[in-house]
Amino acid sequence: VLRHAVSRHQPAGQETTQGLGSGEDEDGCATAGGPEGGARAVTSGRNVGRPDPAVGDATPPRAGPVEDDELVARLRAGDEAAFGDLVRRLHPTMVRLALTRVRSRAVAEEVAQDAWIGLLKGIDAFEGRSSLPSWLFRIVINRAISAGVRERAQVPVDTVELERHDGRFSADGWWVTPPAHWADRVLDGIVAPDLVARVHEEIANLPRGQQDVVTLRDVHGLTSAEVCGVLNISEGNQRVLLHRARGRIRAALEQEVME
Amino acid sequence: MTCEEFVELVTAYLEGILSVQDRRAFDEHLALCAGCERYLAQFRTTIDLLGELPQESLSSPGRERLLDAFAEWRGTTETDAE
Repeated sequence: VLRHAVSRHQPAGQETTQGLGSGEDEDGCATAGGPEGGARAVTSGRNVGRPDPAVGDATPPRAGPVEDDELVARLRAGDEAAFGDLVRRLHPTMVRLALTRVRSRAVAEEVAQDAWIGLLKGIDAFEGRSSLPSWLFRIVINRAISAGVRERAQVPVDTVELERHDGRFSADGWWVTPPAHWADRVLDGIVAPDLVARVHEEIANLPRGQQDVVTLRDVHGLTSAEVCGVLNISEGNQRVLLHRARGRIRAALEQEVME
Repeated sequence: MTCEEFVELVTAYLEGILSVQDRRAFDEHLALCAGCERYLAQFRTTIDLLGELPQESLSSPGRERLLDAFAEWRGTTETDAE
């Protein structure tokens, strides 16, 4: 399949167009603000300053483009090591993104592999308007969707998973059962190895939107603007999904630690 | 600010996008409520753990297929250039 996909029976220009497909442009991040004015919120966030530099949530966009320039040049030059390195870094996230949209791991693998072929076909035309990872993630998502193999029902932004519904708060909003004390035990490394596995498991249990956002933001380290561009969602929606995902994973960890 | 409201705002707080007023209320609540202080700490720990998640490695057949595809692409590119 790959060999067929790669062979060049068509003029390069035509092939590039096909490789990228509709909607796989590089402008994703430009729309990150969305109707809720998210871009403005990010700007004001920077003015306010970071409440916790250690967490790094509000760090400015990474120096991706510079890194990208060199990488793109190496890929165009046919540098296999550069390609292998990029595959190692991005492929797992690409499979995870596809996996929330297709029925089996094998199909998700295939979608991710096809996206790499799309990268090779399109690399000459890549202008760096979004970061290379963002661009690849968008290719994956568009292909997973257009493959038409979605089995899971489309899950709208869920409203039932808020922690407030788990009975931990009184009617007037105070803790009935405050969180148990476990952060120290985790940080001491006593239970950390088990918890990493538990985190992994719990991501897979999240609704699709939450999986996408938490994987791109917290596991892969994209900025919120990049995530909005990749997933084509508003800054506000992104934040809600991220918050719910983190909240659910925290709750799962608590259960794990206290058992 | 109640504990329930506090919990809903934790990500917005970490993103640094709370209004000055909300930020002040958040900090005041944080200073007085051990439960929420713990919740915030656990939230941060959760984020740290997510960042440390070992990415599963690509199976070697999958990797070989991609590298083959790359080699072939490079080959055709060079052929095109001739």
